[in-house]
Amino acid sequence: MTTVAVKPATMAQALTRALRDAMAADPTVHVMGEDVGTLGGVFRVTDGLAKEFGEDRCTDTPLAEAGILGTAVGMAMYGLRPVVEMQFDAFAYPAFEQLISHVSRMRNRTRGRMPLPITVRVPYGGGIGGVEHHSDSSEAYYMATPGLHVVTPATVADAYGLLRRAIASDDPVVFLEPKRLYWSKDSWNPEHPTDVEPIGRAVVRRAGRSATLVTYGPSLPVCLEAAEAAQAEGWDLEVVDLRSLVPFDDETVCAAVRRTGRAVVVHESTGFGGPGGEIAARITERCFHHLEAPVLRVAGFDLPYPPPMLERHHLPGVDRILDAVARLQWEAES
Amino acid sequence: MTVMEQRGAYRPSPPPAWQPRMDPAPLLPDAEPYRVLGTEAAAKADPDLLRRLHAQLVRGRRYNTQATALTKQGRLAVYPSSAGQEACQVAAALALEERDWLFPSYRDTLAVVARGVDPVEALTLLRGDWHSGYDPHAHRVAPLSTPLATQLPHAVGLAHAARLKGDDVVALALVGDGGTSEGDFHEALNFAAVWQAPVVFLVQNNGFAISVPLAKQTAAPSLAHKAVGYGMPGRLVDGNDAAAVHEVLSAAVRHARAGGGPTLVEAVTYRVDAHTNADDATRYRGDAEVAAWRAHDPIELLEAELTARGLIDEAAIAAARQDAEDMAASLRERMNQDPELNPMDLFDHVYAQTTAQLREQRALLQAELDAEQEHHGEQEGGAR
Ligand SMILES: Cc1ncc(C[n+]2csc(CCOP(=O)(O)OP(=O)(O)O)c2C)c(N)n1
Repeated sequence: MTTVAVKPATMAQALTRALRDAMAADPTVHVMGEDVGTLGGVFRVTDGLAKEFGEDRCTDTPLAEAGILGTAVGMAMYGLRPVVEMQFDAFAYPAFEQLISHVSRMRNRTRGRMPLPITVRVPYGGGIGGVEHHSDSSEAYYMATPGLHVVTPATVADAYGLLRRAIASDDPVVFLEPKRLYWSKDSWNPEHPTDVEPIGRAVVRRAGRSATLVTYGPSLPVCLEAAEAAQAEGWDLEVVDLRSLVPFDDETVCAAVRRTGRAVVVHESTGFGGPGGEIAARITERCFHHLEAPVLRVAGFDLPYPPPMLERHHLPGVDRILDAVARLQWEAES
Repeated sequence: MTVMEQRGAYRPSPPPAWQPRMDPAPLLPDAEPYRVLGTEAAAKADPDLLRRLHAQLVRGRRYNTQATALTKQGRLAVYPSSAGQEACQVAAALALEERDWLFPSYRDTLAVVARGVDPVEALTLLRGDWHSGYDPHAHRVAPLSTPLATQLPHAVGLAHAARLKGDDVVALALVGDGGTSEGDFHEALNFAAVWQAPVVFLVQNNGFAISVPLAKQTAAPSLAHKAVGYGMPGRLVDGNDAAAVHEVLSAAVRHARAGGGPTLVEAVTYRVDAHTNADDATRYRGDAEVAAWRAHDPIELLEAELTARGLIDEAAIAAARQDAEDMAASLRERMNQDPELNPMDLFDHVYAQTTAQLREQRALLQAELDAEQEHHGEQEGGAR
């Protein structure tokens, strides 16, 4: 038997592979958006799809996000499975009307008669030195809208598996792609793409006993790094990757927190009104008697996303996570 | 028995006579983009104006090459070059009076600079420094807008407010061909026409929205045709002919100032560079097309006219080039200095009155910075 060295794929390439495989497997899958055709998308995630499947299945649309998502609604009503690309996080905002008023609630308002199997791909988050409007973390807006699934991969394997799951889902899925991980690689084998569990399952990325870091997307590598660094201080940290924000995997998260009795939620979107508040509340409600300390949050500051030259001060880094971990040696104030 | 069954009794009345609200003919753009340079119309152009346009074009071209070079040195996060489109940008600024307002999109730094904004401040956003490098009120230039077409309703609102106050201020809003597909474009044009707001919309149709050609953006005969449906005039102009763009824009500005309402101007031009320094234009267009447009260069067109009519000589051209070189040298030098950024500024302009949460976060960052400083101090101390 010969073993051929497999070139590791980047997350962007895994996403491309997922789109290609989904299109090949199901002729109703259509990709559409700005620059997704000839150019292959500004991050090249749709590279080659127009050539392989034709422009009717991978379509350069006019430059109009509300139009892109609005027409996708009609296409889905007629039996297609649109996968739309929003070029950057902040450019999805013109499409919010469609997302919130129609996409998220069509199943509900038709009493189940008109489900919309639409996947909305949104590159999100900072850390790539993008200018204004290219670094927003908009997950809280999506999470606050019932009827949407909200998923975000942090590993190359999950990028492939979760996107396949999202496209196959009969419900609309907001698929958040952490842009600063687009070029990351791990041991995922592009020759043998693997499946993942259905949407809604978190995963423990690192087992530990002293405290649990709960995170997702772009913050996962930062948390893993923090966990390594914490060893020096005698802290053995567990790291949970949520993968799916909606539905939320209370079971995995709570089991992890109960094991350690301490938890820090880490994400780069703003703390106030951000996803961490919801997550901390859920943990507290379910694990109160197991907690040795309050659930802490390490998040971006409550600011409009700063200019790139200052973003390193905004993004939660290893030190801020370690500081929070230190604060978990909680003693009730008298 | 239904009405339909009462044979003979049913006499459908004819619809009331339909009157179009206005004759659309005067609103329609010409079939061909309007040109001045190289035509009879050039004789009527003011020589001083042509020379001013020329000097600004030469400067603008140099600004584009300099800023593109600065991206290669990592001094700018990104630069969307407007090479080939200088005539639109310069004419946009020169068509306005001082009291008027300009609403630029992210590619319009030249228009911003031609309005008098410091060339370095105009690049602040693109350098990765603060979002709006300049004070919008100082030169009546709104911040560069990155989300496409979203600045257009702002221009309408400002122009409307000025008129309500009795000021004869005009707003000129710039947008690309791609941006005309956005819903905000529609809403802005509609508001402007209904309110008869003193606004001029200039579409720089440079052929592409990143990779997407105009044919995939619109099925309209021209983008200028879109005006008619809103009830405003649409004008089509050769965007590489600085004299023509200036003339058409100036007429639209005068029309607006006089209470005539908005105009939509489409300038047909071409982006000879890639979308930004990060874009690979060979993926979506061929060299022949670019070469054809390079042969219709805005600077060469104007220089040829000025030379043919004896309005400029070699020395004057050399002087314009020298002035552009000086501007570029100063830009280079100032951009090569590291900007001084204070991270604490992050918290100062979120709200007029800061919140308790932000004060806490400010203190956290200050503590981190102090610790960093101390750490550096120790390291330096140890090295000594
Ligand atoms: C609302 C919105 N959607 C997407 C983008 C991403 N984007 C930036 S520039 C661009 C193309 C713009 O083309 P056009 O309007 O023709 O202007 P040009 O770049 O040609 O000057 C796109 C899609 C954006 N900035 N804003």
